[in-house]
Amino acid sequence: MVTNDTIGPRGRRSNRRFRERGGVSVYPATFEYFAPTSVDEALDTLERFGDEAKVLAGGQSLIPLMKLRIAAPSALVDIGRIDGLDALEERDGRLEIGALVTHADCEKSDLLRGRYGVLGATAPLVSDPIVRNRGTVCGSVAHADPQGDWGSALLALGAEVVAQGPDGERAIPLEDFCSGPFMTALEPAEIVTSIRTADPGPRAGGTYLKLERKVGDFATVGVAVHVSLDNGTIGRAGIALTGVGPTNVKATAAEDALAGAAPDDDAIAEAARLAAEAAQPLDDVRGSAEYKRNVVRVYTERGLRTAIAAAQS
Amino acid sequence: MAVQEAVVTTPLTVTVNGQERAEEVETRLLLVHFLRETLGLTGTHVGCDTTSCGACTVLVDGTPMKSCTMFAVQAEGRELTTVEGLEGAGGPPPIQEAFSAEHGLQCGFCTPGMMLTSIALLEQSPSPTDEEIRWAISGNVCRCTGYQNIVKAVHHAAAAMKEGS
Repeated sequence: MVTNDTIGPRGRRSNRRFRERGGVSVYPATFEYFAPTSVDEALDTLERFGDEAKVLAGGQSLIPLMKLRIAAPSALVDIGRIDGLDALEERDGRLEIGALVTHADCEKSDLLRGRYGVLGATAPLVSDPIVRNRGTVCGSVAHADPQGDWGSALLALGAEVVAQGPDGERAIPLEDFCSGPFMTALEPAEIVTSIRTADPGPRAGGTYLKLERKVGDFATVGVAVHVSLDNGTIGRAGIALTGVGPTNVKATAAEDALAGAAPDDDAIAEAARLAAEAAQPLDDVRGSAEYKRNVVRVYTERGLRTAIAAAQS
Repeated sequence: MAVQEAVVTTPLTVTVNGQERAEEVETRLLLVHFLRETLGLTGTHVGCDTTSCGACTVLVDGTPMKSCTMFAVQAEGRELTTVEGLEGAGGPPPIQEAFSAEHGLQCGFCTPGMMLTSIALLEQSPSPTDEEIRWAISGNVCRCTGYQNIVKAVHHAAAAMKEGS
């Protein structure tokens, strides 16, 4: 085994060379780093820097962008030391996901089964296990990648983004939060403190189906499905699509067609057809638009069957 | 770069392999470069550098994380374990013996990350199934072995660690 002793001296020499060159390896642009211990303190810093500052939580989306210098904020506000942002709990029949809750926290949580099944099915499909240990749900939503998995899962279930700013707290419906690829309704001096889901309904189930080329890849296609039952018929259905539009796409026509319908084969097939129609796929390295649209149809059908069975059980 | 950038540094104190280390570091320094260049612990490898391959995996408070996608300053006050920290007083650790015995490596580039991810898995699940092992290491890419022997090595280590405990 290579030990600390054998590599130590060589490592140190190379380190000296780096220092003589003016520093060690760095890719991101220089930034000032702040690690506040309260949301108020974080907001003060954000106000001071305006849109020059970025909030850092898990960093699994932001740091890769900074390494490529696609993002070069002059200040980073690391919210990782703020107490009370790591709660994952059910309150008044709605799930609250704190800003520091990781994908791995969700993967392990028993809360995300049953009525919250669409979230429970999504967690283990986000990126890879090591990234899931560090990346956060709220960070992923705030990043607003159209290929993000959480955006679809939360759109299907129904959710609002809770943000704190200098003027206090506001809740932004997720439908209004993502205004375009990587663009959100968040003000520069606002922090996402949690995501709050809708009440899934007493008899509800859901799932997420993701086609990916390999673990850790973005979705070629993802379909999130949530269904609540009301006296044997479908009360509310939520269907949202990943990777087939400039943002996560809510398949509204498919949802409307299901509301009040009997959960039978005809209703499922019609909803799947409407979901495929709602997709706006592009030809790319992951597949042709035609192929992706058909995967949306097939996954919506499969997802609805799983979600309905879960809600009936 | 044509433009000289300002250097912004901050003090950093972390525990690395049981030893407290205090250094003044650039805020933008990635954890992997802190370990390799500032501390000279070159067992942690830079593979893809794009959060994809897991060669740079270290344990942060016992949890595997990709040190190429974490700033060193984010590790303030944390306990880090690198591959160098796996070696105990009694020689090579069971996980290293297991990778050797089962030919769980060829070029060895992914091995530090594979071993650290495996250690974290065995902490949580001392007798993992094939599926659990494959799931756990799915964020660590190996281009030599085809993974078969890595899975065998983790089973081997699990058995050895149970015997030893």
